[in-house]
Amino acid sequence: MAEPAQADFRTRLQDWLPKIVLAPSFAVTLLFVYGFILFTIVLSFTGSKMLPKFDAWVGLANYQRLFSLPEWKIALVNIAIFASLYIVICTLIGLMLAIFLDQKIRGEGALRPIYLYPMALSFIVTGTAWKWFLDPGIGLQNVMHQWGWESFQFTWIKSNTMAIYTIVIAAVWQTSGFVMAMFLAGLRGIDNEILKAAQIDGASNWQLYRRIVIPLLRPAFLSAFVILSHLAIKSYDLVIALTNGGPGRATAMPATFMYSYTFTRNEMGVGASSAVIMLMTIAAIMVPYLYAELKEKK
Amino acid sequence: MASSVSGATQDSAVSTGNVTRVFIYLVLILFALFYLLPLYVMAVNSVKPLAEITGGNMMALPRDWTLEPWGAAWSTAQIGVSPTGLKPYFLNSILMVVPAVAISTVVGALNGYILTKWRFRGDTWVFGLMLFSCFIPFQIVLIPMARVLGLLGLAGSVPGLILVHVVYGIGFTTLYFRNYYAAFPTELIRAAQIDGAGFFRIFWRILLPVSGPIAVVSVIWQFTNIWNDFLFGVSFGGTSQPVTAALNNLVQSSTGVKEYNVHFAGAILAALPTLFVYIVAGRYFVRGLMAGSVKG
Amino acid sequence: MRGYFKAKMTVAAALLASTAGMAAAEDVEVLHWWTSGGEAAALNVLKEDLAGKGIGWVDMPVAGGGGEAAMTALRARVTAGDPPTAVQMLGFDIQDWAKEGALGNLDAVAQAEGWDAVIPAALQAFSKYDGHWIAAPVNVHSTNWVWINKAALDATGLGEPTNFDELVAVLDKMKEAGITPIAHGGQAWQDATIFDALVLAEGTDFYKAAFVDLDPAALGGEKMAAAFDKLIKLRSYFDDNFSGRDWNLASAMVINGEAGMQFMGDWAKGEFLKAGKVPGTDFVCIRFPGTQGAVTFNSDQFAMFNVQGEGKQAAQAAMASAIESPAFQSAFNVVKGSVPARTDVPDTDFDDCGKKGMKDLAEANTAGTLFGSMAHGHGAPAAVKNATYDVITAVVNGEYSDGASAATALAEAVAAAQ
Repeated sequence: MAEPAQADFRTRLQDWLPKIVLAPSFAVTLLFVYGFILFTIVLSFTGSKMLPKFDAWVGLANYQRLFSLPEWKIALVNIAIFASLYIVICTLIGLMLAIFLDQKIRGEGALRPIYLYPMALSFIVTGTAWKWFLDPGIGLQNVMHQWGWESFQFTWIKSNTMAIYTIVIAAVWQTSGFVMAMFLAGLRGIDNEILKAAQIDGASNWQLYRRIVIPLLRPAFLSAFVILSHLAIKSYDLVIALTNGGPGRATAMPATFMYSYTFTRNEMGVGASSAVIMLMTIAAIMVPYLYAELKEKK
Repeated sequence: MASSVSGATQDSAVSTGNVTRVFIYLVLILFALFYLLPLYVMAVNSVKPLAEITGGNMMALPRDWTLEPWGAAWSTAQIGVSPTGLKPYFLNSILMVVPAVAISTVVGALNGYILTKWRFRGDTWVFGLMLFSCFIPFQIVLIPMARVLGLLGLAGSVPGLILVHVVYGIGFTTLYFRNYYAAFPTELIRAAQIDGAGFFRIFWRILLPVSGPIAVVSVIWQFTNIWNDFLFGVSFGGTSQPVTAALNNLVQSSTGVKEYNVHFAGAILAALPTLFVYIVAGRYFVRGLMAGSVKG
Repeated sequence: MRGYFKAKMTVAAALLASTAGMAAAEDVEVLHWWTSGGEAAALNVLKEDLAGKGIGWVDMPVAGGGGEAAMTALRARVTAGDPPTAVQMLGFDIQDWAKEGALGNLDAVAQAEGWDAVIPAALQAFSKYDGHWIAAPVNVHSTNWVWINKAALDATGLGEPTNFDELVAVLDKMKEAGITPIAHGGQAWQDATIFDALVLAEGTDFYKAAFVDLDPAALGGEKMAAAFDKLIKLRSYFDDNFSGRDWNLASAMVINGEAGMQFMGDWAKGEFLKAGKVPGTDFVCIRFPGTQGAVTFNSDQFAMFNVQGEGKQAAQAAMASAIESPAFQSAFNVVKGSVPARTDVPDTDFDDCGKKGMKDLAEANTAGTLFGSMAHGHGAPAAVKNATYDVITAVVNGEYSDGASAATALAEAVAAAQ
């Protein structure tokens, strides 16, 4: 009689085992991601200064203050400029390099790690080199002058209006190679028979890519967009390393704003409200994407 | 064009003219130079004496080669009160990175396995919720995380750091493995089940042996992210600070002569492990991406 | 087998407990951002001193942004319930932490050694909360100094400037001579350091009303507008490349004659001395024109956190006592370029600028013209300080064309941050 009961237990265990194994990850996510997001939302309605304090409720005052601060407005304008340029340029460069690398290039094995390696380095490592490169007195401008091109000018990092573009350059440097790898993987996944059939039909290379290859890369485009947009919103290290938000506050971004209000200005409530706005932006991009992606596969 | 016959993983079948090819090579090489530029500046200035740096051209090759800055950065540069160089901090980083990468990869593999081969009601919701953890800005979790680590008694310790990195890494690793295993024929799993193989046995015997490419992606991704982390290390590392925190102390010192050559040598030293991983495993990276995350 | 294993475990546990206990009894853990050679050498004096008393030193350096990164790490440590023994801290941060109830009590040491009598009242305002000692001041930096290249000054044919008009005359001459008149680094705190001096030059009462009492009328008034107008004037003497420059690179410009002068706190002296320059012959140190007799200061202090356990508290008290010993005060400050935090330390080991600094400090202390520097977090809490940074930096970067509108913006920003 014991036999079937035990078998029954075994199958039931087998049924439950996957959920038991998955449960810790899920629990940890609930606490450390959603619990902390909730914590931040609650915090944004308190008058917390130095450390979290949940005894002084201020309603929407932090949000009102946030949107009255010129620095936050600058940060919003900056993130709009930065994110759009960064995403577009990275995608274009990544796609171009991937298509070019896909042409049976000699030395692909050497080029690929060169394109990829910036992703391996943090801006704590490369920050000084970038600062040098962009500084007119030491960097590109100075080098060009020493090489005899006296009229060469490159002073963006010192300019209120242009400094944000130097951040785009460094950010593109860091991630465009990674985007290239994603497109390259996508290209290598395309069945050559389709391409050959099209070529036999007399399609030119340009038509081939525009009409067939690029539409087939849709998943890679989507992945690239999602990764780049969240990297853009989270950009913190590179701003600190390159300009520290300057000249003046010309390159302030939401992430630097949030850090500075939470940790150096002792206005934790305002910092939390800016974090909530950032999270909402990320969610607005991510949720439709996740929904579409996960729906498709059902 | 004989080579274009072979399968889908080969190079594209598109053929190009000679002029176009020259142009393509030119563009590829120009971009390679662009990507190499910061590394070149760092490397070339790390072997110059300081005097040559302050007066000279940042692109020029050194007139007097010296390896002193490297020695200094490694073992004698001022990090805190004592001139220890970066050396002792490497061990801290390794003690933190290796377990964190291993745990998050194994957990991600199991999660991916469950979410594709042992599906249950609401599994896409579970996955979607877990995935969102990839996108949370780390600055906002600092304070609540500190509280939780304090309650767990893990504050200021390496196990605490490992926990933090695993928590915020499993979103990515689960994504990678889930997309990879989704392409694996479920029929094989069912057949093994009928033969009486259990949950772990199927994972161990059938899925794990084919997981190489995606494991490489997961390891590379986690390794670089965790190695490069500064914020968590400096906040939760206590007295066992990782090498990024030490590098920060080296290059950010507020007063005194800035020894740029030592800074650059230190920066390259701190980056060597991640550089090594990218260069050695880089080719598997594209292959793994191809097999997993991009095809989706 | 099992018994053996168990026995081994117990031994290991006992070992662990005993070493942990020992560490608790005799170590101090110190969070600071003094990581450059000179600073670390100065701090080593303290470390050695404590080692002589059998107290170990667990170092926790976090450099960057004048302590900003360190303060973030500290917040995580305190939230986790695991604060360091002592933390290097500036001005209002100490008071803010005291308000959170995170700091310990040094009254016993302070009373036994008579700190009340020898530490200037302006410093005590930061080292005491609610009448209790909570921090041990290490030094006093004064921030209203001008560092001038002697050769460049002599070339102008003019003397040391004593008011703003004379300063402008000297700067014009330097410009004619083809050098950068003012070496400046465009970072918020450096911008604010200059502005502190300009506000102080408008009068000591005005400085107190605006930057200590935060009186809205003073902040938005005519004198503030005048100070901003002078800042706009000084701005025209910077070179094109000033933004983001570190202060020590600006000092280097004065040292090698590329620039005429720098407005910077006394820590700049270390750069000149290290370059082998002699005060009085190669460079001159004067108070910012119009501020002679008054001193704006910032003071590095070690805030003592609420550590648990008698052994730890004893080690903490011993550290506080060592910090305030006249021998350490002299040794540390000679290396660091600052002046001692207590007024009874002999000035024999200090150089000319250091002696002048100590004399000025003592005079300002008795005359009641010793003020906390707004730029360095000793005028008002961090929120207000950073609000003033926003406006001052905007002015330095050309966002305001006249002082009056900047003054209005300053009053608004400060009001909003309170």
